[in-house]
Amino acid sequence: MNKKAIRDEIIHISGVNPKKCMKCGKCSGTCPSYNEMEYHPHQFVYMVESGDIEPLMHSDSLYKCLSCFACVERCPRGVEPAKIIEAVRLMTVRQQGANHLKSDAIPELLDENLPQQAIVSAMRKYSK
Amino acid sequence: MQRVGVFVCWCGSNIAATVDVKAVAEALKAEPGVVFSTDYQYMCSQAGQDMIKEAIREHQLTGVVICSCSPRMHEATFRKTAESAGINPYMVEIANIREQCSWVHKDIPTGTEKAIILGRAAIAKVSLNAPLTPGESPVTKRALVIGGGIAGIQTALDIADAGFPVDIVEKKPTIGGKMAQIDKTFPTLDCAACILTPKMVDVAQNDKIRIFSYSEVEAVSGFVGNFDVKIKKKARFVDETKCTGCGLCTEKCPQKKVPNDFNLGMDMKRAIYIPFAQAVPKVATIEADYCNMLKNGKCGVCAKVCTAGAIDYKQQDEIIEEKYGAIVVATGFNPISMEKFDEFAYNQSKDVITSLEFERLTNAAGPTAGKLLRPSDGKHPETIVFVQCVGSRCDACNEKGKEYCSKICCMYTAKHAMLTRDKYPDTDVYVFYIDVRTPGKNFDEFYRRAVEEYGVHYIKGMVGKILPEGDKLKVRASDLIENKQINIDADLVVLAAAIEPDKSARPLATMLTASMDTNDFFTEAHPKLRPVESPTAGVFLSGACQGPKDIPETVSQAGAAASKVIGLLAKDKLLGNPCVAGSDEMMCNGCSSCERVCPYGAISYLDKEFRMPDRTTKVRRVAQVNEAVCQGCGACTVACPSGAMDLKGFKNNQILAEVDAICR
Repeated sequence: MNKKAIRDEIIHISGVNPKKCMKCGKCSGTCPSYNEMEYHPHQFVYMVESGDIEPLMHSDSLYKCLSCFACVERCPRGVEPAKIIEAVRLMTVRQQGANHLKSDAIPELLDENLPQQAIVSAMRKYSK
Repeated sequence: MQRVGVFVCWCGSNIAATVDVKAVAEALKAEPGVVFSTDYQYMCSQAGQDMIKEAIREHQLTGVVICSCSPRMHEATFRKTAESAGINPYMVEIANIREQCSWVHKDIPTGTEKAIILGRAAIAKVSLNAPLTPGESPVTKRALVIGGGIAGIQTALDIADAGFPVDIVEKKPTIGGKMAQIDKTFPTLDCAACILTPKMVDVAQNDKIRIFSYSEVEAVSGFVGNFDVKIKKKARFVDETKCTGCGLCTEKCPQKKVPNDFNLGMDMKRAIYIPFAQAVPKVATIEADYCNMLKNGKCGVCAKVCTAGAIDYKQQDEIIEEKYGAIVVATGFNPISMEKFDEFAYNQSKDVITSLEFERLTNAAGPTAGKLLRPSDGKHPETIVFVQCVGSRCDACNEKGKEYCSKICCMYTAKHAMLTRDKYPDTDVYVFYIDVRTPGKNFDEFYRRAVEEYGVHYIKGMVGKILPEGDKLKVRASDLIENKQINIDADLVVLAAAIEPDKSARPLATMLTASMDTNDFFTEAHPKLRPVESPTAGVFLSGACQGPKDIPETVSQAGAAASKVIGLLAKDKLLGNPCVAGSDEMMCNGCSSCERVCPYGAISYLDKEFRMPDRTTKVRRVAQVNEAVCQGCGACTVACPSGAMDLKGFKNNQILAEVDAICR
């Protein structure tokens, strides 16, 4: 997949229009796991829009997002950064191919840093 | 049969690029009644108009069809052209082949086909046109200004200066508006009161200006040049003509627990009060909900101490009726409510305030006598955080905020930050901004001074969360340039709240039949070329009721509105619109359908005697249209079940002829 196709796919999955962002940074100003993340919520929005998505897909930041949706709640422009992060996460998972996990196999793979909500959302997508 | 001339305009390439104008002129030549048809590059130019006049004379034209831009643009121009060539101006019809044709179609065949159809419809209509003559109406040489802030004050002064009487209606007990609450004004930092109060005094002393303070507009009827307005003068329980403004009552009143709205509720006033020292009129007002005497008849201290005998507990609301030739709306703005912005803890902490509250905290006449002290504990704040764009520039779906930029916040925040650092150099001042927008004379220089000379920390980013903890406010924000999340322990947080039109604007717009946008700002007749006029004739706009504005802009717009009013009042008579409704008495059955739908109250009923075929007489109720009040909207013609009501210039048979021509 080329850059543009990946971008379009993420926009399609998330239902978010990153062009609406006015670059105020309120999402990152509000993010509780900001310091854990290599790429911050506002960077996800900007980098998806500019097609610079590879680094995001390989970053640990994907799994540091708590899916707490504080950024979605407070964004003055209705951009919903958490949904974009979720879409990048899903994109990464899909590209790994048909690697469906059995639920029994999961506990030993768990990283203790992994937020529970991320596990839940990951499960949901893996077992599709 | 009319002799119709057709003139197809190219409008440079605006029309000619998507419409084959020559083919249109040629095709329309074959229409019934058309004796002349041509095309030209710019029909509205002098040469184009001369060509029309020439053709009218040469071909003895009785009707003219111009295929050009929207009638809103040049109908008046071409009517004048026809009139100067000797035919009635209402014998001109415009086929809009630009906005409704060439601009919306992409290829020449479709554009050309539609242009021909539109031209055909206009020809069919003009064949049924009849000459119309507008009626005349006199002009009442008095203006009404609604709102007594700086916009209303300046407009009233300028109109009065030209010699016309003006009334100002202000809902608060004093004129002055928001500017009276402000401490200093950007970018020159002169004190707002020092430049405003002399103007307020000018208003009070001007014998052409009457002030109806503590009053509201109750009803408006009539039309340009002849408005009838009902003004409700609310009971203030003080006789304005007797009160000297000595203030003794306001010192002796025992009811001390009345929230002081002039200081935005940050301190208390008495139940009888004068809003501020320089109030105009300087007359006391009783807050009826708090006055012991009015509530339970036990007190009467103010009446006892008043040496002028001005207190009148039995005073009632009074309705004043007056006629006006022009009305200026100057209802101003308010900061939006911060209640819904939970993340900024406005409801949780007294030390999170709005910028207007900050103005009162730094004003010498404010609740702290001008000392910058925290509202919670009265301590001097050492770290102050300013948050910009709170509720401004939000997405359309955002319920808390507004879609527009409030325009004034960047400058007043720079002013607040600069003044704080100037007066209290020990304080740390942070400003969180998304963009700093400072277009305006000496504005950007002002903002740079705040940064460079006064050391205000400007941080690009937005505050995400404010958490009150102990006596501190934990501010969490992003610094986008350093790509860092930062935490500041602040003592005071100032929110630059978005501004919105005053709540009274919407009902007022309904009374005036003046249009508004989705944000309740009044709409101007043309955003560029008629910025101070409402599309409703005789209604003018001044100040922030039309859009966010700072003081310099408001004052210039106020002057512009005044000059438009003066232009109107200087006329002795106004020509009306002859395209008004009329009822065919023989067909009218007096059912009242038209009266019910008329938005202007132009229709009344009359019992009239009719001679019957058998030579007896019969009295029947029939509709009558007041042509001076009718605006020609046509609602009555649609509502009339018997087809008696018709609109001159847009008669039912003319509209049907157009439809027929289009469907042919």
